[in-house]
Amino acid sequence: MNKTRQPLLRNKGVQSLLAALLCIVIGLVIGYVVLLLINPAGAWEAIKTIVENFLYYPTANARLRYLGNTLVKTAPLLMCSLSILFAYKVGLFNIGAAGQYVVGAGASLYCALAWKMPWFVCLIAAIVAGAVLGAISGALKAYRNVNEVISCIMLNWISLYLVNTLLANVKEGASPYTIQLSTGNPGAVMPDLGLGSLFGNNRYVTIAVPLAVIVAVLIWVLLEKTKLGYELKATGYNKFAAKYCGMKEKRNIILTMVIAGALAGMGAGLLYLTGFEQWSTTQSSVPAMGFNGIAAAFLGGLNPIGAIFSSYFIQHITNGGAYVDKTMYSAQISDLVSSLIIYLCGFVLFFKTTLDRRLDRRAEREAAKAAAQKGGEA
Amino acid sequence: MLLLIQYTLIFASVLILVALGGCFSEHSGVINIGLEGIMVMGALGGALMMKFLPGGTSPFLIIVLVVLASLALGMLYSLLLAVAAINFKADQTLVGTAMNLLGTAAATVFVKAMNTAESVDNVSSTIQYIEPKKAFLVNIGGFEFNWFMLLALIALVLAYVVLYKTRFGLRLCACGEHPQAADSVGINVYKMRYAGVLISGMLGGLGGIVYITAGVSEWKFENGVAGFGFLALAVMIFGQWKPTRIALAALLFGLFRALANVYTGFDFLNALQLPSSVYNMLPYIISLVVLAFTSQNSRAPKAEGIPYDKGQR
Repeated sequence: MNKTRQPLLRNKGVQSLLAALLCIVIGLVIGYVVLLLINPAGAWEAIKTIVENFLYYPTANARLRYLGNTLVKTAPLLMCSLSILFAYKVGLFNIGAAGQYVVGAGASLYCALAWKMPWFVCLIAAIVAGAVLGAISGALKAYRNVNEVISCIMLNWISLYLVNTLLANVKEGASPYTIQLSTGNPGAVMPDLGLGSLFGNNRYVTIAVPLAVIVAVLIWVLLEKTKLGYELKATGYNKFAAKYCGMKEKRNIILTMVIAGALAGMGAGLLYLTGFEQWSTTQSSVPAMGFNGIAAAFLGGLNPIGAIFSSYFIQHITNGGAYVDKTMYSAQISDLVSSLIIYLCGFVLFFKTTLDRRLDRRAEREAAKAAAQKGGEA
Repeated sequence: MLLLIQYTLIFASVLILVALGGCFSEHSGVINIGLEGIMVMGALGGALMMKFLPGGTSPFLIIVLVVLASLALGMLYSLLLAVAAINFKADQTLVGTAMNLLGTAAATVFVKAMNTAESVDNVSSTIQYIEPKKAFLVNIGGFEFNWFMLLALIALVLAYVVLYKTRFGLRLCACGEHPQAADSVGINVYKMRYAGVLISGMLGGLGGIVYITAGVSEWKFENGVAGFGFLALAVMIFGQWKPTRIALAALLFGLFRALANVYTGFDFLNALQLPSSVYNMLPYIISLVVLAFTSQNSRAPKAEGIPYDKGQR
């Protein structure tokens, strides 16, 4: 019995899954306690609403449609989390995914509304804009030794103000929002290839969703199966050793940030080119998408395939948060839960080493027992 | 012009306090990316104190209580970092980032819940403190002196003395440079790192309340502190982890931040016809440029960011 169980618990994937589930459970429990403290009357109802999300609606059709809405926003979140986990694998903390997402949104919407470009050109513009912003952080890190976390944060704010100014040129007359894609330039809306009809005629469900999943698989292949991925990871483990082995460590750092930036920028394109959301040119804080990406990346055990599921989960509870009873609680309760989950992810390493150590000790004890038995028989 | 000096000094005070906080934490060997979240929490503590103090409280008492509330909440919140980074050897960047997000989310949830409990229609995350705020201000011939400026100066002098002239400070720095060596001569590295992080929590919390009372009389907690904690980190790096240089760097950054508030008062700046977003971006752009030129030969504590493991060589 023990022989079959031990290798399973030692499996890195199983450990990551266990750790992720533990983070989710503890995060939700603390969220529940916070709700209880605010108002005990509706706490259970509220936490249930957050976890249920679209199941909140009674009819199957409405459920499907709101599942579609969650998926529409999962695609950009998945891209942001891929951006963060890719950089993290190479030893860089890309907190700038938020800013790269912002310039991606700016570039795609500007191309769509001011220059009336078709959707794929807009998407490429988003990718390029994100990549350029990533390249700035990467180059600053490689050549000027600037801590990437700080340069990324500065760029987040710079890009927010830049994009607000830029998109003010293509906003609706009276409101601070950019012009609707469907009226401004229908050609910039991504095609849905009949996907929308699967989700209760939700016209926002487009090829963006499967595209994001495909990119996740590609990133997994790049990291695990190619020479470039190996080199990038080696640079992350020890940049001096990588340099000694003849790898171009500076180029690798910049390239990593370019790819990470491109992913986050593309994420923004995948959301804004569906027409699901309009950009508010007066927003005074960086969109949360990039930061939620951190939660999704770590919750998914820093694995691109895991990120698909964790991104869905984070978006699921974020959407669910919008349905809580506003007379008692605020929607930010789900932000609270997801930031708690990020915090708890910090303990995952400790969890894994403790688990390994326990298994080691048990294996040792059993080996000793077996040896003693053998001795007794002889 | 007077207004510009006034705003420069108050923003510089914020940056000095928070950057000194980062300085203590990093000298003990823990990177404190979570300063932003700590600032929000400290600001929340101070704002709540101002809101709930009875009307007739003497100005002196207001100042003392508000400062204490901010210090206490900032310190309590920094415990999250201390426990995770020191006892559980967590990734300090990750935990710090989580604290930034958590700080804003928790403060928003709390303030909204409080506002809604007061009146059902009020779903904003804003706290007002118009009256109690006046306790901090002294008008000297058109120049609004703020007691927080004096506090920042005191903190600066104290930080210098503590870091360089006391046994505690030197031991703290030893833990950030070479913890194994420090341990070998009998210094408790874990205790020292706790001290470093908690001090940074207090200073960060104090910086938070100074920031939200600078120039405004109400604060919307949904906005957090708009990257000011990170600006303070840039100030700290520019200041090469040394208190006196940090003060000079803070003045420079404070000046650019102040310009965003008061540029309309200068004729030659108005004549340039730049959009206001340029002035909003300015502090961040300057800090990027400055970092690009100063990070190359940085004097960062050698062991910062590395969890201390007794068994390691």
